[in-house]
Amino acid sequence: MDEKKSLRKEFTKGFLSENPVLRLVLGTCPTLAISTSVTNAIGMGISATMVLVCSNIAISALRRVIPSKVRIPAYVVVIASFVTIVQMLVEAFVPAIDAALGVYLPLIVVNCIILGRAEAFAGKNPVAASAIDGLGMGIGFTMTLSIMAAIREILGAGTLLANLQGLLAVFGDNPLGGFNGFNIAEKFNLTPMTIFILAPGGFFVFGILMACANRLAEKKGKPKAELKGCSSCPMAASCSLIINGEPKESKQEEGTK
Amino acid sequence: MKLYIAILLTAILTENFVLSKFLGICPFLGVSKKLNTAVGMSTAVIFVMALSTAVTYPINKYILRTDYAYLRTIVFILVIASLVQLVEIILKKFIPALYNALGIYLPLITTNCAVLGVVLLNITKELNFAQSMFNSIGGGLGFMVAMVMFSGVRERMESCDIPKFLQGLPIVLIAASLVSVSFLGFTGLVDGMFG
Repeated sequence: MDEKKSLRKEFTKGFLSENPVLRLVLGTCPTLAISTSVTNAIGMGISATMVLVCSNIAISALRRVIPSKVRIPAYVVVIASFVTIVQMLVEAFVPAIDAALGVYLPLIVVNCIILGRAEAFAGKNPVAASAIDGLGMGIGFTMTLSIMAAIREILGAGTLLANLQGLLAVFGDNPLGGFNGFNIAEKFNLTPMTIFILAPGGFFVFGILMACANRLAEKKGKPKAELKGCSSCPMAASCSLIINGEPKESKQEEGTK
Repeated sequence: MKLYIAILLTAILTENFVLSKFLGICPFLGVSKKLNTAVGMSTAVIFVMALSTAVTYPINKYILRTDYAYLRTIVFILVIASLVQLVEIILKKFIPALYNALGIYLPLITTNCAVLGVVLLNITKELNFAQSMFNSIGGGLGFMVAMVMFSGVRERMESCDIPKFLQGLPIVLIAASLVSVSFLGFTGLVDGMFG
């Protein structure tokens, strides 16, 4: 019973309390770049979730085999292999999404969510819990990405779920009876605010969403999101040195070693 | 020559890596608090970008070719990671002055998506070696321009009275959004200059 409860907790923590994007501030690059349409966001979310679950399982299964000194390169190899697999699957089954995601699909390799979870969770916990953690985090990532994409797509392009057929290409030619998203702007005769799907809109919507998340967290008495999120990043130790502005000293210490 | 200047200007201004392609956001938000760290970080990024392009271009052209194109991601990330390690060791041993300036930033850059991104983009754009080098160095310079500009904005923001719920990252992102708007102004600049 207890074990079940804790597994459920591992699963749901990624949705809100430890949401990877808004609370841990990981994976900001794909979040900003891909959130121009909900269809792309879902495609990106599913791909990243697949990589996250698979790499969490593999790393957790290998956690006693991998020596801790070379763990980061080992994790990177595992993650890169799964990214390659997912890349090939996407290319084969949903070519439209492959074209839309472009270079951001292989860049899942350097998405800090995945390396971060490997380092913070999968390397220390049993296989089942790691798989659940990966799934929860992946769903949290997909949800946040989709919400942000929905805001940007509605305001910036006046559509919602446009080109959905491209994502559903796996299920045959016409899975939803030809449904291919809503065209809100056309229906109500509105002019979309293009800036929201351009780069500045991405930063702006992300900032506002993060402010909302901070407000919610504050109500529950939790600390607000800072780039502290880096703490789950394997490079955190040297990074925080830079941010605190004392790189020189540590250098000399290292030198004397 | 015209073409190379166009590639350079495109990478720096119109298709700025940070502000329009969203590559390398983590260091952009994390390390841009002070001017000197921003300069140090972006110098290291330019260095690593140029170096990894110089190494991965021949690997892709002569070893992977199109037959093993699916191995690109895994090969490139490993090559970049080991290259950065190697450079760090060599610098530490032979050019300590340069190591003191850049050393600490080097390991961070391994997992920076801008570096892997530029290498992959060079291939998707089908650039030749010289063009790839210009594109990479331009990308790095663009990163530097964005970082340096933004560190100025952030230093100013320190003394501002910001609404409580916007304090910290949200206001930084909104400021980044405004800086990004200014870069939208460069749209069409390169095409206009070089036709």
